[in-house]
Formats: sequence, structure tokens, C-alpha cells
Amino acid sequence: MIPVLTLPRRPSHDKAGGSLGWRRLLAVVFVATLMVAACASEGDSVAGETPAAQGVTTEAQSLVVFAAASLTDAFQDLGRGFEAANPGVAVTFNFAGSQALRTQIEEGAAADVFASASLKEMEVLAAAGMLAGVERTFATNLLTIIVPPDNPADIGSPLDLARPGVKLVLAATEVPAGGYARQSIDLLAGLYGASFSEAVRMNVVSSEDNVKQVVAKVQLGEADAGIVYGTDALAAASLITVAIPRDQNIVAEYPIAVLAQTTNGNLAAAFVEYLLSPDGLDALKRWGFRPLQ
Amino acid sequence: MERIRPILDSTSHPPAHRRGPLRKAAPAWFLPPAALLVLLWAVPLVSLTWRGLRAGALPFITDPMVVQALRLSLVTSTVAAFLVVLTGTPLAYALSRWEFRGRRVVEVLIDLTLVLPPSVAGVALLIAFGRRGVLGPALGAVGVSLPFTTAAVVMAQMFVAAPFFVRAARLGFDAVDAQMEEAATTEGANAWQLFRFVMFPLAGRGLMGGLVLCWTRALGEFGATILFAGNMAGRTQTMPLAIYLGFERDVGVALALSVLLLFVSSVLLLGLRRLERAADLA
Repeated sequence: MIPVLTLPRRPSHDKAGGSLGWRRLLAVVFVATLMVAACASEGDSVAGETPAAQGVTTEAQSLVVFAAASLTDAFQDLGRGFEAANPGVAVTFNFAGSQALRTQIEEGAAADVFASASLKEMEVLAAAGMLAGVERTFATNLLTIIVPPDNPADIGSPLDLARPGVKLVLAATEVPAGGYARQSIDLLAGLYGASFSEAVRMNVVSSEDNVKQVVAKVQLGEADAGIVYGTDALAAASLITVAIPRDQNIVAEYPIAVLAQTTNGNLAAAFVEYLLSPDGLDALKRWGFRPLQ
Repeated sequence: MERIRPILDSTSHPPAHRRGPLRKAAPAWFLPPAALLVLLWAVPLVSLTWRGLRAGALPFITDPMVVQALRLSLVTSTVAAFLVVLTGTPLAYALSRWEFRGRRVVEVLIDLTLVLPPSVAGVALLIAFGRRGVLGPALGAVGVSLPFTTAAVVMAQMFVAAPFFVRAARLGFDAVDAQMEEAATTEGANAWQLFRFVMFPLAGRGLMGGLVLCWTRALGEFGATILFAGNMAGRTQTMPLAIYLGFERDVGVALALSVLLLFVSSVLLLGLRRLERAADLA
């Protein structure tokens, strides 16, 4: 079952240098041919486009959108709607924590549009000159506490999060949802007393890479509670939500922008317009996003 | 009859008494593809070290997050490697020397976990040992909850790294000359003495090679750890996790961590190879 390779102990006989010489030449020719073939095939695809086609649409009919993890469900809906309204267009999404997407864009990932769960990530890109134009804020979101369906730790109010032994999962501090959650906890300390923040932080057992991971841990029942967006709670209908009072809650603002690196400027702008159109805003509302105040 | 040495038990060069003059045993046109692979390894590692040191990565080394992650990584991987050796050596010996029922099943299990993607391993561990897992309630009754603990990190590392050790150890035991074994038993050695004074020393190279693979694999484990143990500085955030998440925070931090982990792995490797060579000459 376990493979055992053996080496023959007898050395092979060395041929004269001359006969190795033509083999070396063959190797060089072989590698060179491969390289030429590779370059040639690339050249073909460029030369194959007719001037007429190049003049009419210089853009490919595909769009790459980087969007915050919390936008997963809403944007997938939007993508389908956009493709239906624009036949021949294919929208590809990359959902992850906004901080991860921002890093990927900074490191050269190819994307046309970026939708973030926080203004901070967008502003970093704006300062680096990576946006084409300005960002537009298109929705807001509030935080909520989620617990597994059987509520193992009997969480009834935010105060219960401070109870010793409760396993709380948050997104990591760098993730917008994690940053907002920690801000909200500090605001709740104004309501419940100064020791609330510390007690809750002691209960955090994991800091996840994006907000959907928090949902997953709560759905699995591994965590007693998690702090996520209201939209995530809506998408994971089996979970019970415990509300955070509006005054101690954080309003997350979602900006979207076309990236400077895009080669599909018109299509990207069209996508943003679609998002801000009644159809787009309806889709967002369906998934629990709130309009701008 | 010559002893044929399996090469999977060690990735290093042959022992001292075997080294001879280099023989031209390979066709010349093997060179380009081989060089390509070497470049694939060398270019990223050199680039990483170069950029990392240039980006002023060294000051980050004293950052508490880095220190915690490094300490946790070293502690958990050492404990995992130790436990793997403790449990893996008897298993490898049994696979090598016994005919027992279910031997085939065990071999399949080892090969399976070897090729299993780490994230799948993480999910599997969660489904088995999580609070709602198959064994979750049973563990809960005894007051044990594994996810989000340092013990879970060690378990995840053991799960993915053990197959490397067991395979190499088994090959090491297989390679011991049958004549040695016969000689020992005719001299009156019992099973334990046979193992302790004949098999174990002679299989030393295989065991050391396996330990190297196992330990460095445990040190670099990520997917199963983040899924099963979670991410918590000081408790479950090992170096690979810190690198992954640090990358999103500040590329400079991630670079520093990467260079540091590369350095630690190299030191570990060198140290173990040295021990291997010492065991070989002994």
C-alpha cells in the first residue's frame, strides 16, 4: 500500500561528451519551441479580433465585483438581475471581509467594482488613488446578536453577554463587523457599567476572518452567541436574534466605487447605477439592508 | 545480498559512508524541468526574505502579537510532535511487523488523512468533537469542550501531521535487515529488547526523517486549526493564522511574521538534520 521507491546501486555508464551534446541542443530547442508556441497563441487571440469588433465594444462582457461578505445574498440577487437586464454580461463576485478585499486590491487583484462594509477601507483605496471617481454610499446596516436555535447559554439581552462562561464569537477587529461590534460593546458599557466591556472581551473565544464565519460558528452551535449584521441574521433564518438598543448600536455605512484599474469602465458604472436604481435598492431592502438616513 | 534502501524515509543526501564521486546518471535534458521546479521554490523564498528584511520587518519581532503567536506555535507543534512520536512509533512498528485484522483499514486511514485537504480535516474534527458533534455531548458530560482551546490546536496539528511520521517510521522499520532481527532473536532477545536495542536504533534515520516532516507540518498547519480551534491571540492564534490575518491588517506585519516563521522552520530543520546525521554515525 505504501509505495517504496528504490534506486539501482549500479551507476549508468557515461557516454562520451559528444553524444550528450546533441541531447542538450534538443533540450534547448524543445524549451524554445514551447515558449514560442505560448507567445504565438497569445498573439493569435489578439490578432483574431476584427477591427470592427474592437471599434463597437472594446470591453469584454464580464465584470468582477469585490463585495463585503455581508453583501453575499443581496449582491448575488443583484448580479442575477443585472445579467437579466444586460444579456451577454457575466458578473463574477468575490465575497470576503472588506479588509481582505482591500488588501487584495492593493496587491494587484483584478477587480472592476468594490463594495465595502465600512468607509474606512474605501478611504484607504481613495487615498492611494485606486478609485475611479468618488464612492457612493448605498445602504446602511445595524448590528444584532445571534444565538443558536436552542439558545444554550440563555441569552435574553445584551447584558447576558458579560456572564462568565458565555462563548462569544466576533469578527476580527480589522473586519468592519468586528470593529463595529467592539464599538457597540463599548457603547453598551455606558448602559451596563464600566466592567461590561472587560467581561464581554473575556468571553470572546474566537475572532473570525469575516462575518459569515461568525454566523457559521453560531449555526454549528459551537458558539453561544455572535454579533453580526441584521442582514446576516435575516439570511440565517433559523437563528434567534437578540436586539441591541438603537442608541448603543452602530450604523454601518456601505460605499461602492468603480476601481481605477478597471478595463470595463462603462459596464462597471452601469452596475453601480443598477445598484442605486429602484430595482437594486429593492433587492437590498429584501435582504434587510436599510436605506441611507 | 545488498540492502536496498528505500528513499522515502529521508529527503536528505545519503549517509557519509555512501557518498562517492558524483556520477553522470541523469540524462542532460532532465535539467530544464528540474531547474524550473527549483526556481519555483527559490524565487518566492528569496523574494520573501529580501522584501521582508528590507521592509524593516525586524522591529515587528517584538510585537506582542508576534511573540504570542510564535510561542504558541512552538509549544503546540512540539507537544503535537511528541504525542505523534509516542503513539505513532508503536503504530508504525505494528504495521511493519504484525499481521493483524484491520491492518488494511489502518493503512487506508493513514493514506487518506495524508491526502485530506486541511480544511476538510477541520470540518471533520468539528463534526466529531464539536459541542454538537458526534462525541460532543459525551465530552460535555465529562466537562470537556474542545473547540476554541489550545488542546484543539494540538489535536488539529496531530491529525494532519501524524501520517507523515507513521509512514516514514514504518518504512524505517521495514528497511531493517531481517538478518539482524533473526540474529537478535536467536540470541534470546524478547519483543521489547528486540525493539529497543535492534529495531529502534537501526530505524533511527527513518524515524528522524519522519519527525522532521511531522514537526514542520504541525508548525505550518492552518486550515484545520482555524476551523476547529478558532482564532484567539495567545490561545489558538498560531503563526500561520497570525500571518493570514495580519496580511489583511498590514502587509508589513505579515511579511515580518512570514520571514520569522521561515527562519524558525529552517532552524528546526537544521537542528533535526544534525541529530539525524549524529544518529546515523552512531
